[in-house]
Amino acid sequence: MLKKADGAYTMQKTVYPNKNRRTKMANLEVNIAGVKFHNPVIAASGTFGFGREFSEFYPLSVFGGVSCKGLTLEERAGNPPPRVTETPGGMLNSVGLQNPGADYFIKNDLPWLKKQGTRVIANIAGNTPESYCSIAEKLSDSPVDMIELNISCPNVKQGGMQFGTTCKSAAEITKEVRKHCTKPLTVKLSPNVSDIGDIAAAVESEGADAISMINTLTGMRIDIRTQRPVLRNNTGGLSGPAVFPVAVRMVWQAYRRVKIPIIGIGGISTWQDATEIMLAGASAVQIGTVLFRDPYAPVKITDGLSHYLDKNGMGSVSELTGKAIPW
Amino acid sequence: MRRCRIIRRRQLSDNIFDFTAEAGELAEKAVPGQFAQIAVPGKTLRRPISICEANRQNQTLRFVFGVRGEGTAALSKFHVGDFLDILAPLGNGFSLGDISRRALFVGGGIGVPPLLLAAKHFGRNATFAAGFRTRSSIILKDDFASFGCKVLIATDDGSYGHHGLVTDLLGSLEFDAVFACGPLPMLRAVRCIASEHGVPCQLSLEERMACGIGACLGCAVKLRHEDGTPYYGRVCRDGPVFDSRMLDKNF
Repeated sequence: MLKKADGAYTMQKTVYPNKNRRTKMANLEVNIAGVKFHNPVIAASGTFGFGREFSEFYPLSVFGGVSCKGLTLEERAGNPPPRVTETPGGMLNSVGLQNPGADYFIKNDLPWLKKQGTRVIANIAGNTPESYCSIAEKLSDSPVDMIELNISCPNVKQGGMQFGTTCKSAAEITKEVRKHCTKPLTVKLSPNVSDIGDIAAAVESEGADAISMINTLTGMRIDIRTQRPVLRNNTGGLSGPAVFPVAVRMVWQAYRRVKIPIIGIGGISTWQDATEIMLAGASAVQIGTVLFRDPYAPVKITDGLSHYLDKNGMGSVSELTGKAIPW
Repeated sequence: MRRCRIIRRRQLSDNIFDFTAEAGELAEKAVPGQFAQIAVPGKTLRRPISICEANRQNQTLRFVFGVRGEGTAALSKFHVGDFLDILAPLGNGFSLGDISRRALFVGGGIGVPPLLLAAKHFGRNATFAAGFRTRSSIILKDDFASFGCKVLIATDDGSYGHHGLVTDLLGSLEFDAVFACGPLPMLRAVRCIASEHGVPCQLSLEERMACGIGACLGCAVKLRHEDGTPYYGRVCRDGPVFDSRMLDKNF
């Protein structure tokens, strides 16, 4: 429980009301592709590292799950700075998948992370189908709870076109990874496509157990003082509240095309946003950019969801999924 | 993370502001060279502002910052009695080491404030050399002097002190350690000078940041391992203070 005293936030052990309480407390547990999360709020990949920094604020169990920084087979240095800049209602990033490589993660970060009381999702990236399959195999042999396939990476064998931009390549990469992945597999979709429903259906048909959506939109800023792009990589991924309506719309469209569960991502800042994207069709949510402003967002969101469910006489957060009816 | 009430507010020059806020235990934890991530209403990202002073008895933090963009412009309009939403103290701070050594503090413009708390520890053993654009841009000169530091000032236009760069003033000095903060060209020059004098050198850097705590890898800085191979570190966590030997030659 998050307590505020003298203007400072501290975590206190939650005291549950006694058994004779008259009001029921809603159940926040969700089951995604066979993996049980004790609440539907997951930390988004790339915003949370491997959890160590945020663990200084609270036990990671405030999250139902953590999606780790994207891993590649080999260590990656990442892009030169500047890598981030603020935009109206959001931010751009071009970090460039800096990560220590899968082996380092499995040896040094995973054992600690498994003890933090939250589900561990390994996010994997690659630049060839072979590298994706190799890393999927490695992580299938590890104790991660789930694997999240990042298909917003450029395929160097196809001139750098992102795997996730066409149905054909999204389906192909899902099919290949599926053969080498024995863990529950969620595919993280890019929004930079013409028809998100088609892409969602394509990855479902090739064996995805769930879909995470959306990754960042592509954007850029130019500094008018220097007349040069702000980011050293020129373009970057847009995240934050500005993309939220796009995320809601895409979850809504995908929900109508697939049966597998959807994890909603994209500018979720409050419990109201979480409710909204679940009504659109999400079974769980990931939050990222909001943590930079408010590290305690996950606590506020779970508290808010509980309260909303109780007030509306709903016993379980899963009752929200897809509840919004079109006109 | 804490809401800190502003108890003192001054404007030091055209676009430089000086806030002191009640910060409770945050003031007790802060060491010289650390910074705070301060939230701005309506903005996605916090603003990283260096800690100028930390008073453990009064439990206050002092911030001296310049208006660089919309966020800092909005912050500059806060007044006494308003609350700042602060995440602090962040970063590694300076390694002061033996405070009986002769320490040289080199500052450029808005790079000066983070040096003050460190210089306080050295007192009379410190020399503070700073460069500013013009006389009206000079800040904190008297604060350094009040701690017993020797003060040397350079201005670009010669309206006060030495006419030229602060680094012009350093060659004839004697010192056992250098601590610097300011524009990159100044930091690179200080690194060379420290190397020529054979003394340890710590540089405080800045970079655009998102999380400010080391999780997102936004604020990369090019460092090098002992064998010379480069890698990217985080200004917010591995820094903002770096031993000059850790920095890549083209940092």
